[in-house]
Amino acid sequence: MAQISPTKRKNRPLTLSSGDAFQPFRYSVGRFGSKFLVALRDEKKFLAVKCGECSRVYSPPHPLCGPCYKKMDQWLEVGPLGTLTTFTILRFQFIDPETGQKKPVPYGYGFIKLDGSDTNFQHFVSLESGEDLHIGMRVRPVFEETRTGDIRDIRHFEPVPGD
Amino acid sequence: MANRVAIVGVGQTHHTGRRLDVTGVELINEAVQRALEDAQLTRDDIDGVVIGNMDHFEGINGVECWSILGNGGLNKPTIKLTTGGTTGSTLAMGGYHMTASGYFEKLLVIGWEKNSESDTTGAITTAFDPIWDRPVFAGAVSGLAAEARFYMNKFGVTEKDAARAAVRDRKHGANNPYAHMRKEVSLEQVMRSPMLADPIKAYDMCPRTDGACALIYAAEGAAEKICKTPAWIHTVTNRHLYSYLSDTEWYPLVSLQEAAKEAYSNLGVKEPLKEFDVMELYTPYSMANLSWIEALGLAKQGEGARLIEDGATEMNGVLPINPSGGVISTNPIGATGLIRAGECALQIMGRAGARQVQGAKKALSTGFGGCMWSDLLIYGADKPN
Repeated sequence: MAQISPTKRKNRPLTLSSGDAFQPFRYSVGRFGSKFLVALRDEKKFLAVKCGECSRVYSPPHPLCGPCYKKMDQWLEVGPLGTLTTFTILRFQFIDPETGQKKPVPYGYGFIKLDGSDTNFQHFVSLESGEDLHIGMRVRPVFEETRTGDIRDIRHFEPVPGD
Repeated sequence: MANRVAIVGVGQTHHTGRRLDVTGVELINEAVQRALEDAQLTRDDIDGVVIGNMDHFEGINGVECWSILGNGGLNKPTIKLTTGGTTGSTLAMGGYHMTASGYFEKLLVIGWEKNSESDTTGAITTAFDPIWDRPVFAGAVSGLAAEARFYMNKFGVTEKDAARAAVRDRKHGANNPYAHMRKEVSLEQVMRSPMLADPIKAYDMCPRTDGACALIYAAEGAAEKICKTPAWIHTVTNRHLYSYLSDTEWYPLVSLQEAAKEAYSNLGVKEPLKEFDVMELYTPYSMANLSWIEALGLAKQGEGARLIEDGATEMNGVLPINPSGGVISTNPIGATGLIRAGECALQIMGRAGARQVQGAKKALSTGFGGCMWSDLLIYGADKPN
């Protein structure tokens, strides 16, 4: 380490660190989100809602279709297989605000059109198989053994072998 | 009918990665003093202040309150605007609305950020939905990388095509004494720079910056007295798209396309490439300089790369883009969109120094933020109709 002269050190502007302080939050998931996450947790199923106006199928589901501005209430099941719409591989280190820890890199991050859905489910995509990720690739979910009602009940998606 | 409004004063800090010598208040004040000096006004002349940043970068909420001594708003009407990445351009737009309304004649508009005070990617992630987006999202780089991959796949565009835009912006940035990154790079250097998130490499991406920008807006009547060549605001438009990343359509950037369509229709713009003299675009990574100029109608779909490669957007090209070096060179996030407005104003005032586009009379700036939304402003040397 470079030596700093006492005078220089004295004149150096100070910083104040927030240390380990953190502020916990508790967010409402809502009726639609809860229904989706319960089905994921208990039955490993992906639910979706369809807009009665434009027929667009949303998974994860929201109560409102944005473009039509209409309430949606037609539930259906989609997936669990899907197609990779786009993706990236994260290679730089950053602090995950959910955990306060550095996220382990590299990892795949993808947008997945679940079969029967019109929207893109975003999640981690496993790089373990060594197969090059590509747009149009078929993927499937890998679930955690212990599930708590959180999208992290899916560990990640992985390429469907031989597809 | 709205009053005519012009930008009559521009102030910005010398942007850099880490300003340990100043607090947020002091950083804000630096830009404010420079803007007042530029317009030859004092704090007493100002009718109100609008200020913005993204609170979560510094973790100190309520900048309109705690920065009051530096922001010039003491005992004056003072409000905050915060809209994520578009904060700066929303400030530019909101300042216009406030002045055009007739309630304010001379308004001080301030954007700032001290990105060195936290982990930028971690902080950006907190702007996203905690149930669906946050657990897996990795900040701006991950979303933009997904967009880039989609665009490349759709049109056969390459990483090298994008790298040319990074070379251009960094070359321009070397010419701007206020820019954070002031180093020219070669195509090979961009291609060899470390991969952040495929296909975005370090030199393709904007930095995180400490900096502030302040502009003075004045209504017709006052504007001409303050400034010999006011930069008149001709139109402002914006579009927000959706709430969840899962609903994103990756191409085209519909928000910008729609904002441009409305703005061009307001002013009768038919051939934007020929009709504008200069553009300052909120393009936070190289590939955006290809795909988003298609949304602006400067190139056909999938052909943005050709415009960059032909040199059409360089200083001596048909339409210089980002003479300041753009967002890739300087990115104090809450100020970034406002710097674009300030740079357009400097161009029209003829005060952009070494980065001046000769005879610039018509300019356009944009802002981009989180949920793929866009702001757009058009400026002219002449008063708007």
